Amino acid sequence: MSEAIVSIRNVTKAFPGGVTAVDNVSLDIAQNEFFALLGPSGCGKTTLLRMISGLETPTAGGILIGGEDMAYTPPNKRPTNMVFQSYAVFPHMTVEQNVGYGLKVTGVASDEIKRRVGEALEMVKLTALATRKPDQMSGGQRQRVALARALVKRPKVLLLDEPLSALDAKLRDDMRMELTRLQETVGITFIIVTHDQDEALSMASRIAVMDKGAVQQVATPAELYEQPKNRFVADFIGKVNLIEARVHRQIGRKIDCELKGVGRMELNSDNLVGAQVSVAVRPEKLKIATSEPTSAVRVQGKVRDVAYYGDTSHVVIEAGDGLDLSVNVQNDTRLGGAGVERGQQVWVYWAPEDSIVLTE
Amino acid sequence: MENWKQNPRVFWTLGIPPSLWLLAFFIIPLGFLFVMSFSDKAMVDGQVSITGYDYLTGITNYIRAFDSLYLGIMWKSVWISALATALCLLTAYPIAFGICFAQDKWKPLLLLLVVLPFWINLLIRTYALIAVFRTQGYVNKILGVVGLGPYEMLYNNFAVIFGLVYVYMPFMVLPLYATIERLDKSYLEASLDLGGSQFQTFLRVTVPLTMPGIISGIILVFIPCLGSFLTPDLLGGANALMIGNVIERQFKAANDWPFGSALSFLLMYATFGALALRYLFTLRSKGVDV
Amino acid sequence: MAAQLKPGQGPLDYGSRTWLKVLFAVIFFVLYAPIITLVAFSFNTDKRGVVWRGFTLDNYTKAWNNASLIEALTNSLVIAVIATVIATVLGALTALLMWRFRFPFKGAYEGFMALPIVIPEICMGVALLLFFVNSGMMELFVHLPWPLNLGNIIFAHVTFCFPFVAVVVRSRLVGFNRQLEEASKDLGASEWQTFWSIIVPFMKPGLIAGALLAFTLSLDDFVITFFTSGPETVTFPVKVYSLVRRGVSPEINAASTVLIVITVVATVLAMKLQAPPKADKG
Repeated sequence: MSEAIVSIRNVTKAFPGGVTAVDNVSLDIAQNEFFALLGPSGCGKTTLLRMISGLETPTAGGILIGGEDMAYTPPNKRPTNMVFQSYAVFPHMTVEQNVGYGLKVTGVASDEIKRRVGEALEMVKLTALATRKPDQMSGGQRQRVALARALVKRPKVLLLDEPLSALDAKLRDDMRMELTRLQETVGITFIIVTHDQDEALSMASRIAVMDKGAVQQVATPAELYEQPKNRFVADFIGKVNLIEARVHRQIGRKIDCELKGVGRMELNSDNLVGAQVSVAVRPEKLKIATSEPTSAVRVQGKVRDVAYYGDTSHVVIEAGDGLDLSVNVQNDTRLGGAGVERGQQVWVYWAPEDSIVLTE
Repeated sequence: MENWKQNPRVFWTLGIPPSLWLLAFFIIPLGFLFVMSFSDKAMVDGQVSITGYDYLTGITNYIRAFDSLYLGIMWKSVWISALATALCLLTAYPIAFGICFAQDKWKPLLLLLVVLPFWINLLIRTYALIAVFRTQGYVNKILGVVGLGPYEMLYNNFAVIFGLVYVYMPFMVLPLYATIERLDKSYLEASLDLGGSQFQTFLRVTVPLTMPGIISGIILVFIPCLGSFLTPDLLGGANALMIGNVIERQFKAANDWPFGSALSFLLMYATFGALALRYLFTLRSKGVDV
Repeated sequence: MAAQLKPGQGPLDYGSRTWLKVLFAVIFFVLYAPIITLVAFSFNTDKRGVVWRGFTLDNYTKAWNNASLIEALTNSLVIAVIATVIATVLGALTALLMWRFRFPFKGAYEGFMALPIVIPEICMGVALLLFFVNSGMMELFVHLPWPLNLGNIIFAHVTFCFPFVAVVVRSRLVGFNRQLEEASKDLGASEWQTFWSIIVPFMKPGLIAGALLAFTLSLDDFVITFFTSGPETVTFPVKVYSLVRRGVSPEINAASTVLIVITVVATVLAMKLQAPPKADKG
């Protein structure tokens, strides 16, 4: 990994009135990364982004951009540019004027502005609309203006605040691919804020999951999904069955534990004797059988609900001890469906290595 | 909204009392005034009658209004009002801006502080100004401490302009506050983010986007300034007359009601002209080509 | 180049900038110093009100014993109360009409209703002067028993107050959910029952705000009253005007202070009732 372009050092942001939006966060974001800040609303991700842009300043800590501490530098003196959630395309200017604005106010010569604006508009495929006013454009087009306007400044870091949230579903998919393509073409670090895990997983090279002002885990999308560090991450990214468990003893790199509603079994984990842990299993890793399977981890239960989603069916099974297990079944034959029906007694089983042992 | 024909009984019950009231105590009086403005005092036995009139004799009153004397007063009313309006804008903009960006808990109090004087009787506020500005008033006393003055600060154009700004400033603050408050702050953030300085952001983004509020404020202050009577009457000297004072004089001391009526209508036309300008501007800002 | 920001201060936190605080202080000082001086000097023993000589309530007693001043103040309050009641009813009717119905020339009608707000006060004043003199109404009213002899002033005040009330009430009605009305009718209420039990309670804050606005407008008015009042009917502002023309006196300060207190209380009440700010002229 190349050197960090943005380095956040112990940043805290407390708003007057006592709300701590960001609490002692440290993060390094490398050159050319497509980095996502992911979390539920109110987790501090937007505040963190705004602190990188300079629209807010931290109450403590440092923010290094390109090696220089810019925590208290005004936004107009930073090599970052932002695509706002509302796009903030100036309504009193044409597309061209909007895109050229950032160059004009920093004193770039007019012929160069013209050339660069032309290039930027071409990049986002808006050349034909150069003289339009924003109120004659669709949301998707306005977003492209906002993108061009930020990219034309050739920032070191491009910040995107919930860029897809205001678009409809079809446009969102197109824009997602477009953003990935753009990031590869221009070779600028992108930092995106989103509450939508699909967006983050599909676009970002690395994701920081945030909750309550703190970073919970920083990892690649696959790591986040398969190796979540704690219950919050496991629960927030994708669907998960969280099963409470008590650890009885340690056998080498394994633990012998009692899963509530499932039974006693051995799982891979480090020393955890006596601890109360959670075992996380993704619904698609669970399998259903009508006769007793041979797997080491299995439990009997009654089908409570079957929801049909086309490609998959989501089955909820009541095991003992108040435990409900969600199972995703691939509908891989046309007439088979989930193969089970409500009220049926079935077995649920999974491979022990698909269990994730979580302590926090 | 329903068509009035669906429920004519309710429609007339609601509509008739206010319409009749306005007709009786507003439109008919204005009609009288209009007729009067085209009339002359009657001659009774070779003497000009004070109470009798020859109705609808012509436009002599309007022609007289364009005498250089009255043209001069009208021109002065316009520039005094324009200057007072400009000063109002200069002081009100930062105030409205500051209130919009103040912490939420302070906003109601600050707004109240701006609006409160406006609810206090105009006459009392003007009187309060006289008390501090007169030769033995506090302003001169404070100036006296640093060895200046005393200055004659009342009964001149300065006093009239200051009085108008003092009295009408809230009219400017309120529409400005409303537009700045509605303005999406991310436009300002975007401008700063794109490298614009605070000053550039203000000139190129904030001012153009709050133009409707600025225009409203200008009209709301300019119109009452132009028609003001009390402020120039109490604060202005003999040479600080405005059109309102001339009208008053025609109806009280000079007893030339027809001429006063004509001047009143000219003032009303000027007011409607200003309102029409504002209307044109709102159309244009909505994107209609005018 | 550009100054660094303070920790926790955003670039748009103008509220925390010193220059703005100073500007606010200066402007509020200029706005309030004359009024505060006026109030303070109403408690001054010095007759000419030039220097502070000591605290006294004499000016209030003197103002209280000044029969013509008290009469003017009573007139003002009586006019304001009666005008407010009529203006609130007329304003509410207008607001309901504009809110509920579509009818031909509605735009023109709306403009017509806004005329008293828009035209210069002095024009309205002289028009009413002509009207009341020529129709002999003033003559008629002068010899009527009090308070009926204040009739022409009340008519004038209602005329310029009720369009303001209409604006305030209508802006309240805009927020009304018409489905409540439909629900009420669906549940079997008549038009009239729906009006009283659903619409009027919803309008109430608007009505109160509008009434308080009318009350202060009436109490404040000088110009129109100055032209409409007969020689024997004087309101407080007109009385103060004639006194001010003769010079500054602590007695006027005392009487003004009383009026300031009345309007400030009414205003604060209006704000407490979550009224919108005073409707803009024009």
